Amino acid sequence: MESKFSVSCTGETLKVELCGRLDASNAEVLQAELKKNIGQKISKLVFFAKDLEYISSAGLRVIIFAKQKVGVDAHIFLIGAQEGVLNVIKMSGLDTFMTTQEAFNE
Amino acid sequence: MYRVDLHPTHVCDCGKFRLRMGKPLPFGATIVPGGVNFSVYSHAATSCKLALFNKHEPKPFCVIPFKDEFRIGNVFTMVVFDLDHENLEYGFYMDGPFDAREGHRFDKTKVLMDPYAKVIGGRDVWGKTPNWDDMYQHRARICFDDFDWENDHPLETPIEDLIIYEMHVRGFTQHSSSGVKHPGTFSGIREKIAYLKELGVNCVELMPIHEFDEFENSRTSPTTGKMLMNYWGYSNVGFFAPKAGYAATGKFGMQVDECKTLIRELHKNGIEVILDVVFNHTAEGNERGPYISYRGIDNKTYYLLTPDGYYFNFSGCGNTLNCNNPIVRNMILDCLRYWAADYHVDGFRFDLASILGRDQNGAPMHSPPLLETLAFDPILGKCKLIAEAWDAGGLYQVGCFPAWGRWAEWNGKYRDDLRKFLKGDAGMVGCMAQRLQGSPDLYQGQMRGACASVNFITAHDGFTLKDMVSFNDKHNEANGENSSDGCNDNYSWNCGHEGETDDPRINRLRIKQMKNAVAMLLTSQGTPMILSGDEMANTQFGNNNAYCQDNEISWIDWGLLGKNRELFDFFSKMIAFRRAHPVLRSRTHFQNRDYTGSGFADISWHGTQAWNADWSAQARTLAFMLCGGHAKGGTVKDNTIYVAMNMHWEMRGFELPKLHDWMSWHVSVNTDAVSPQDIWEVGKEVKLKNQSEFLVGPRSVVILVGKGKR
Repeated sequence: MESKFSVSCTGETLKVELCGRLDASNAEVLQAELKKNIGQKISKLVFFAKDLEYISSAGLRVIIFAKQKVGVDAHIFLIGAQEGVLNVIKMSGLDTFMTTQEAFNE
Repeated sequence: MYRVDLHPTHVCDCGKFRLRMGKPLPFGATIVPGGVNFSVYSHAATSCKLALFNKHEPKPFCVIPFKDEFRIGNVFTMVVFDLDHENLEYGFYMDGPFDAREGHRFDKTKVLMDPYAKVIGGRDVWGKTPNWDDMYQHRARICFDDFDWENDHPLETPIEDLIIYEMHVRGFTQHSSSGVKHPGTFSGIREKIAYLKELGVNCVELMPIHEFDEFENSRTSPTTGKMLMNYWGYSNVGFFAPKAGYAATGKFGMQVDECKTLIRELHKNGIEVILDVVFNHTAEGNERGPYISYRGIDNKTYYLLTPDGYYFNFSGCGNTLNCNNPIVRNMILDCLRYWAADYHVDGFRFDLASILGRDQNGAPMHSPPLLETLAFDPILGKCKLIAEAWDAGGLYQVGCFPAWGRWAEWNGKYRDDLRKFLKGDAGMVGCMAQRLQGSPDLYQGQMRGACASVNFITAHDGFTLKDMVSFNDKHNEANGENSSDGCNDNYSWNCGHEGETDDPRINRLRIKQMKNAVAMLLTSQGTPMILSGDEMANTQFGNNNAYCQDNEISWIDWGLLGKNRELFDFFSKMIAFRRAHPVLRSRTHFQNRDYTGSGFADISWHGTQAWNADWSAQARTLAFMLCGGHAKGGTVKDNTIYVAMNMHWEMRGFELPKLHDWMSWHVSVNTDAVSPQDIWEVGKEVKLKNQSEFLVGPRSVVILVGKGKR
C-alpha cells in the first residue's frame, strides 16, 4: 500500500487521514502540513488510521507534536487503528491522551 | 530569521555533511536547529572522530574527524547538519597513548559509546542474543525531548510519610501469572498500578534501570542448566539512558517515552519513583574487560587506578568509578539532574554509596565533595537521597555516612536487629528499642532525625520474607558459585523445617512470623521499605543472591496472591494503619518526655508490667506506647498507640498502661489470631473488655489503639 496522508480542516475539526506507513521517511512532511494549522481554533483532532499499517517512533512523535502544538485544548481521536499500530501507541503511553474508537461520528 | 550562529562553516571530507564548530556544553548529542551538536570530553586523547551509523548497521556510513579548530580545551565538539535523527546511531574513535602504568588505555580501533548517551541501542529486546561480531555493541542514539508530561511534577511527599516498595522492573511482571499484556516492562508495571494502590504503598524504588548488558558474565547454571544472566543490572553501560530491554517499545526505540509514561502515571496515582543508581563502577570490568566507553575515552579520569595502573576493585565488580574526580563528579551531577528534571523522578538510592566518599587514591574522605554537592544541589533540592552506606572494600558507614542533613541511609542494623529479635534471640530488647524509634543511637547525634533511617527487613539482596522464615541457610547452588556467594549472616529461622513443608503448624507459624515482621516494620519510626512480593509470600526457594537468575527463582509468582490472600490483607491493612496514624511517622526523634502537656511522654516503654520494660539479657518481650498528643511534634492530634511484642515461645500477659478516663483501649492487630480477626480496619477496632491486661500469644505482636472523647 502506498504511504500517504491528507490533512483537512472543517470548522473546528482537523482530520488527518493516514495510509500505509508513517515513519522517518514521511513524518517530517506530515509535521510540516500540520504546522499550517497552528494558531487555528481546533476542538477536535482526528487521526483516521484504518489503513495505517505501520507507525515508527518518528510517526508517534508527529502525533505528540500535533497534540502539543496544534490541538492543545482539542479532543484527540484515533479512529479504526489496526491492532499492531494500536499496540505501539498503548505501549508508549500515547493512548492516555487519545480516544481510540472504531468510527468517528461528527 | 536566519541565525548566523547556526549556519555550516565546513564540509566533511566525504562531502556528504555540512559542519560547524559546536558548543562544548552540554556534553553528549543535542538536537539544534538543522543538526546535532556533539560534544565529548577527553583529557588525554590526541584526536577524536565521530562515527555515524544507520540503526543496527555494523559499519559506519560516515566517519568525521573533529578538526583541530573544533576542540576547546579538552572537549571535542561540532555540529553535523542534515542528519536523519530517527535512524542514527553514533560513537567516537579516540586516539591517544596506550600506557597502562600511566593509566592510559586508548585504542583508536574501538568505537566508543558517548558517556552522555541518552538513548542506547544494541540490547533493544531483553535476552535477544546480540551479534557478537558487531564492533559496536552499545550504540548511542539521539534523544528527543518532546514528552508530554501533562503538568506532572515530582510529588515531594515528605520522606517520613513514604512507604517504599522495592521492585525489579522485569521480575515484577515477567512471570506468566502476572496477567499483563507486556510482561517484564515499564508498561507491565503500569498495568499493575491499581494493585499498588490496593496495597497502599506510595513509592516504588526501581532496581537499576540505567542501560546495562544482561549478557555480561552470562553462563550456564551447573545445577539447573538455565542461562545465568546479569539480571539485577548493577553494572552500568550508560548512566543517562533507560534500559531498552525494560520497555515493550524498546524495539521501536521508544524506551524513553515508555519510562516517562510510567512515572507520569504513577505520579497521577500518588506514587513516587525512586531510582536505584549505581555510580560505583561500570560494566567495563577490569583490565580484561571490554571497551564500551569510559576506558577508551579517558581511562585515567573515569577509574580509580592503583599506582601501577590496575583497577581498584572497591565495588567487587572489577573496577571503581573515580567519583571524586571533578569531571566524573560533574557527570554524576549532570546525570542525577537529568533524571530529576527530565524524568521527574522523586529520589535516588545510591548503591554502595560509600565508594562515592573515597578520594582519588581510594581513601575515605571526611567531607567528600561529591556527597556535599549532591546534598546542596538546587535541582536535586527536593529529591530523596538514600545511601547504601557501605562498599565492598570494607567501608561500613551506617550511622555515620556524611549527610549534611540531607542523606538518608538503608539501615542495615535495623534489618539485622529486627531479624534477631523476631526469631527469639535473647538480649535484643535494648537494640530493638533503638530501632523502633528510628535508631537515635545512630542518627540523633548528628541531628539527622528519624527519617534518616530507611527501615527494612528484606531487600533484593538477601532472603525474601517468606524465605527468611523458611530457611536457616542460603541455597545458592543454582548460581554456580558453590554457594560461596551471598550473605552468610541472614539471621533467619526456618520455624522447624528447612524449606517447603506440609506441616500446618509450621506454615501457620511462618505466616505469623511474617505478620510480626511487617507489624514491627510499619510501627517503627523512620521510612519503611518493603520488598515487592513479600506481601504474597513470594519465595526465591532459599536463594539469597538471585542476581543472575532470570527465571522463576526471581520472578514474582502472582499465583501466590490467591493462596496467601490473608497475608496480603494484613500488609495492606497495616499500611493503611501507618498512613492513618501520624504518630508513627515522626520526622524527628522522640524526647522521651511530655512536652505538650498531654499527660504522657511522647514514647514510653513497657513489658509484661506496665511502665516497667524488661531490659535484661534474657528478655524477649517489649512494649511501647506512642502518645497521640505528640504526633508530628504535637502539631497534629492522633490516637495513642500501644504495641506489645512477645517473641518468646510461650504466651505472656502484658499489663496495659492506664489511659485517661475518657479513653479506652481497642485492639487493632493481634497476629496470634487467625484472619480476619488478626487485623481490623482503621476506625473499626474492637474495644477491649479487659482494659488492664492483654494475653499476647507466643511469638506474637499486638497493637492497640487508645481513643475516646473527653
